[in-house]
Amino acid sequence: MDITSATAAGPPPGPGNAPDPAERQGGTTTRLGDRIFLGLSRGSGILLLAIMAAIAVFLTIRAASALSHNEGNFFTTFEWRANSTPPVFGIAVLAFGTVVSSVIAMAIAVPVAIGIALFISHYAPRKLATPLSYVIDLLAAVPSIVYGLWGALFLVPHLGGLYSWLDDYFGWTGIFAYHDGAARSLFTIGILLAIMILPIVTSVSREVFLQAPKMHEEAALALGATRWEVIRTAVLPFGRSGVISASMLGLGRALGETMAVATVLSPSFEIGTSLLDPGGGTFAQNIASSFKESGEIGKDALIASGLVLFVLTLLVNGAARLIIARRKEYTA
Amino acid sequence: MAKRIDVSGLTAYYGSHKAIEDISMTVEPRSVTAFIGPSGCGKSTFLRTLNRMHEVTPGGRVEGKVLLDDENLYGAGVDPVSVRRTVGMVFQRPNPFPTMSIYENVAAGIRLNGGRVRKAELDTIVEKSLKGANLWKEVKDRLNKPGAGLSGGQQQRLCIARAIAVEPQVLLMDEPCSALDPISTLAIEDLIGELKERFTIVIVTHNMQQAARVSDRTAFFNLAGVGQPGKLVEIDDTERIFSNPSVQATEDYISGRFG
Repeated sequence: MDITSATAAGPPPGPGNAPDPAERQGGTTTRLGDRIFLGLSRGSGILLLAIMAAIAVFLTIRAASALSHNEGNFFTTFEWRANSTPPVFGIAVLAFGTVVSSVIAMAIAVPVAIGIALFISHYAPRKLATPLSYVIDLLAAVPSIVYGLWGALFLVPHLGGLYSWLDDYFGWTGIFAYHDGAARSLFTIGILLAIMILPIVTSVSREVFLQAPKMHEEAALALGATRWEVIRTAVLPFGRSGVISASMLGLGRALGETMAVATVLSPSFEIGTSLLDPGGGTFAQNIASSFKESGEIGKDALIASGLVLFVLTLLVNGAARLIIARRKEYTA
Repeated sequence: MAKRIDVSGLTAYYGSHKAIEDISMTVEPRSVTAFIGPSGCGKSTFLRTLNRMHEVTPGGRVEGKVLLDDENLYGAGVDPVSVRRTVGMVFQRPNPFPTMSIYENVAAGIRLNGGRVRKAELDTIVEKSLKGANLWKEVKDRLNKPGAGLSGGQQQRLCIARAIAVEPQVLLMDEPCSALDPISTLAIEDLIGELKERFTIVIVTHNMQQAARVSDRTAFFNLAGVGQPGKLVEIDDTERIFSNPSVQATEDYISGRFG
């Protein structure tokens, strides 16, 4: 093994040989291994950035070319005819469908996930908690197409009852009006996405809750707190930022979910007042459904919509970071 | 306000391990009682049986009686939550709630116990408790700042303020100064002297000078060997324990001729 010139004259390095003091003091010469490692890690960092930049440039150019051909308004048009001449397409329906289905998914999944996580971390006896958390972790590994098949073959036929009930009591709002179609609607997508993101939100929240400091729980107990009050004063505030991060992980998955949505939804380019009626679409679903039969401009248009999804995800993550940072001084 | 504690035949377990065995003692109201003894002799465990915190530990259970005046804390139908509202506790490491401000920390117990309290009333209680803990002057201008931003000694006094805000009958202190510097320790010791006018105080300490300085009565705990349950060797007036204890083991421990 060769070493740097400064130590070349000295004794060969080996176990038990202290490094040459001159080498230590100067700090300018480093061992070969260190230099190789430094080069490798620096190189991979630069390579990663370069690849990312290349992808961004590629996507932006393609998207720009599609947008320059677009006869409709990219943001407000309720149509996606990117392959006709002239091409007319807009993301209004996709953005609406993506946001609405993800919001429904979050509204259902986050409270349930927090409940399960608290049950596992603070209520269940250990004999039950261990297998339960194992099962939850397993659920996260189920491929999304399996969820999609289950959604299309089981969930859709069985939601009619729930939808009729919602229509009976909340139909007057318009949002929950239901007209006896197949339940291939945004609301069904929301429920399916909720089930899909439940495991990841649950397991991250559980880990955070388990780390809540015992001494703060004891402080609450000693003040005469019930179990729920201990959770409210010592566990939930501690886990707050972790739960937000967990939710963002889930939201990221919900926003970008493709196969399950494409399998269940019956897409259409209109925004209905009712969430229960079939129709609508999401960014990812639209890309998956239309990519194969798209021409050059059609593909570029899909790339443009994908860029919007990317920006949307960035915005959501940024917002989450802001929320977490706002009360930073209060986190131990 | 302050109540007498009467313990008889108390034995505590961690699972199948017997941690302390057959302890009986009386703690007079408005007095300070110090528990001393080597590590692992069960003095902290015993302290935690006095507000039913011991059973929070998985496998923790207790046999025997603890009477607070005439009410058995371990009687049938006694809610441990209400016991802990009457018997407050201060821990070894200062543990203010990190997500709460100084004000909210002191008010935490009241918000738990009472539910709705008027803002003005709460302000009064917070001020009174912080004054009671000799902390008011230092924090009155930053009540809305996080409690975790205070120094260790201030945090511990904040925890004392939090404990006394709910007006407990008894205040248990589990080595309250062991994580503090000498000046903060002195502040807490002075405070204990003032608090005993209002509360029955029990303090666990490893510092024998501290026991001698702050307590009226001292209890010495010891254990026969590793794995053996801890036992109460004797309890007597502090002056007597430190000058002329009736058991040889106590004198050995106090004079450093132990083990």
